[in-house]
Amino acid sequence: MRRPLPCQTLWLLGMALLILALVASNLGAMRLSIAVLWQVHDEALRHIWLNIRLPRVLLAALVGGALALSGCVMQGLFRNPLADPGLLGISSGAALAVGLSVVLPLALPAVLALYAPMLAAFLGSLAVTLVIFFLSRQGNNSLSRLLLVGIAINALCGAAVGVLSWVSNDAQLRQLSLWGMGSLGQAQWSTLLATASFILPASLGITFLASRLNLLQLGDEEAHYLGVDVRRTQRRLLILSALLVAAAVAVSGVIGFIGLVIPHLVRMWLGADHRWLIPGSVLAGAMLLLVADTLARTMVAPAEMPVGLLTSLLGGPWFLALIFRQRRETDG
Amino acid sequence: MADVLQARHVSLHAGTRLLLDDVNLSLRPGEVVALIGPNGAGKSTLLRVLTGYQLPDGGSISLAARPLEEWSNEALSRQRAVMRQRSGMAFSWSVEEVIAMGRAPWPADDTQRVVHEVMALTGSDSLAGRDFCQLSGGEQQRVQLARALAQLWHKGQPHGWLFLDEPTSALDLYHQQHILRLLRRLALTGTLSVCIVVHDLNLAALWADRIILLQGGRLVAQGSPQQVLNETTLTQWYQAELKVFSHPEHPVPQVWLQQ
Repeated sequence: MRRPLPCQTLWLLGMALLILALVASNLGAMRLSIAVLWQVHDEALRHIWLNIRLPRVLLAALVGGALALSGCVMQGLFRNPLADPGLLGISSGAALAVGLSVVLPLALPAVLALYAPMLAAFLGSLAVTLVIFFLSRQGNNSLSRLLLVGIAINALCGAAVGVLSWVSNDAQLRQLSLWGMGSLGQAQWSTLLATASFILPASLGITFLASRLNLLQLGDEEAHYLGVDVRRTQRRLLILSALLVAAAVAVSGVIGFIGLVIPHLVRMWLGADHRWLIPGSVLAGAMLLLVADTLARTMVAPAEMPVGLLTSLLGGPWFLALIFRQRRETDG
Repeated sequence: MADVLQARHVSLHAGTRLLLDDVNLSLRPGEVVALIGPNGAGKSTLLRVLTGYQLPDGGSISLAARPLEEWSNEALSRQRAVMRQRSGMAFSWSVEEVIAMGRAPWPADDTQRVVHEVMALTGSDSLAGRDFCQLSGGEQQRVQLARALAQLWHKGQPHGWLFLDEPTSALDLYHQQHILRLLRRLALTGTLSVCIVVHDLNLAALWADRIILLQGGRLVAQGSPQQVLNETTLTQWYQAELKVFSHPEHPVPQVWLQQ
């Protein structure tokens, strides 16, 4: 079990993310190199880079990091490598609210109408988060009960979205299904800041709980004997990661795979200690979504592919290859 | 009586079922106490109540002359450690990482030193660097014991109350002897009180100072191995046909089943 030094690996990941972000901000429908921007005083080019590229790149990193972090916390809380942010039904709650806003549009002022799906998604995910919060305050086996509640919410919202797609017209249907494939096309400084104002504090809160999350790995009772307030710690972690998903889903729709796979990969690499796993997952998740989003907006430029499709298309085979390689190593 | 754990008239219900019925006992430093009894007698439940994991319905428990409920969970975690029957880990942790978790209640500066000390004591130093999930059941038990000891380690020796639920159930003969000798020796330092749930009465007879026999949630017998482990008492409460002999080398009873 020789592992690389976690500190160095995190630095490496951070540097790689920075370089990726710089490269990604230069790529797009129009190539903009930093060197050119620096030398040529072209306001239009600067405007594109500063107000279109940069927020997009930052948003991709932010959402990718948030999804991976939330998956990391879920897997740690449920002590199960198959747990992921979708488990609690937050994204399906958001999907339902978006469906409602698309199919039954309210007469909103023009400014708000532009953000309607985003607001709806945020309200939907917040509603599910609140349900989770109140459920987690009562009952003993709250964690396993929450899992069941999540399954029920997923099924219910899924069915309701189904009903909405059935009654919707073609344009609405397309909008709905595209939302379900995820996109970062909403990136602007305002949405970026709004998203960051949820994601950054929540991530910071989770970081402070990392060593307690480690102790929870021994079992609830063992963690209690080591001085951890198990119920409170679980509740905080749950709500913080629900907030992460809510903010991410609201701005980007459903982007799967990252939350399930990134923590898994980073764990193979850095080990299960959450003090390293948490920052590692954030950085790796940010990198994956950044790469996927850059491909999504450059491969078929000037059109865009839904990034949620690409994360799975990119990540799936890579993940499979890793699993098979690991099997061969343990078998041989 | 400053450092005694005292349980007075402790009782606990689950619905209408009585899990613990008027249990009185004390655990003193320097002592190894064995908790024995047939399946479902309430041994693990009693352990949970004594360790403060579960509040009793009736009666009171005090630790160092202070009621248990007045202790904060953090303060308690520096005074008592618990090793449960089974505890697995979902992800891969190294042996040292698992043992170091026992140091969570303490400042981090001497974690490495303490981890080395308890690993050497419990014979888990040979497992250094291994993945906890891939250890055998007995090896995992040794690591968990090391973790529990690390939790009570202070200035080179263990302090407080150590509760162990069947710590030897998966150990081979060599390690049963090694671990029980170790617990005995650590208790003799005078600052550690050990309370072990065991099924093997012969181990209890060899290494316990005092044996407590539970049946149906009630404390039915208590005393030295000679006092508790006699044919009448054991046949009555275990409902098994057995013979009690004296150990050929030590003045303790040994229990043999009849065919």
